[in-house]
Amino acid sequence: MKNEMFIRFSSLSQNEAFARVAVASFVSQLDPTMDELTEIKTVVSEAVTNSIIHGYQNEPDHYISISCSIMDDTIELTVEDQGIGIQDIELAREPLYTSKPELERSGMGFTIIENFMDSVDVQSTLGEGTTVHMMKQLTKTKTVSK
Amino acid sequence: MALSAVFDVKEDVLIVRLAGELDHHEAEKLKVVWQNKMYQNPIKHVILNLEAITFMDSSGIGVILGRYKDVLQLGGKMIVCSVSPSIKRLFEMSGLFKIVHLEKNEAFALSTLGVAS
Ligand SMILES: Nc1ncnc2c1ncn2[C@@H]1O[C@H](COP(=O)(O)OP(=O)(O)O)[C@@H](O)[C@H]1O
Ligand SMILES: [Mg+2]
Repeated sequence: MKNEMFIRFSSLSQNEAFARVAVASFVSQLDPTMDELTEIKTVVSEAVTNSIIHGYQNEPDHYISISCSIMDDTIELTVEDQGIGIQDIELAREPLYTSKPELERSGMGFTIIENFMDSVDVQSTLGEGTTVHMMKQLTKTKTVSK
Repeated sequence: MALSAVFDVKEDVLIVRLAGELDHHEAEKLKVVWQNKMYQNPIKHVILNLEAITFMDSSGIGVILGRYKDVLQLGGKMIVCSVSPSIKRLFEMSGLFKIVHLEKNEAFALSTLGVAS
């Protein structure tokens, strides 16, 4: 059976922790390993942070949406903003690339997301916003011990 | 859980002990206090103890790289210690260990810098 959730919150940096805890608690129903839970929290944190600082350029009066669905042992996660958009998605996804070095960005966000998820799709339109769609299949080896 | 940062100075070494979650929200605040400590004390090296960090993402890497650059300006070294496996993975992904030294714990880090703990 498919189970879905949707949250929408202000583009404030204090919501980064809220977002990753909310998603982690939803996917906990699938009984993920500690490593898998850390990976899910990390990618949520990366995508939400990107919407706040890049998409909305730190303006507080916008919204970020997250939808998450779980089915069998697969997690589908979408993080969406209506911010400035990404001009060159291929360049943005390169390791160490950042458009904001003055903010002490490491340029590793997308690289970490790609490493931690099975598939990552980025859709973006300049002036309209960005949607990051991710999928991850949980390992089910642990069910053996149930 | 938020982030807590405790600073300690031993000879010319600034020890930074972090606990909790290091994300973008916390990294921006940490940058300011950490930089102040570096310039208020006559130090050269930095030891970053991550033993009590429960979460970190690429914003944490950003603030560490930023302070690494400050340490270079002082002609010193940066040593990271007590790193969990999941944080170690992030560091390896971003090539951080090519520039920042890794030690098992604070005592080893201090002795690497020739300071008695
Ligand atoms: N939601 C977004 N809206 C606009 N630009 C984005 C968004 N997400 C990522 N980017 C662009 O992609 C670049 C790379 O992102 P990332 O790998 O997370 O590195 P960093 O956040 O450290 O800059 C960013 O510097 C930014 O230019
Ligand atoms: Mg990022």
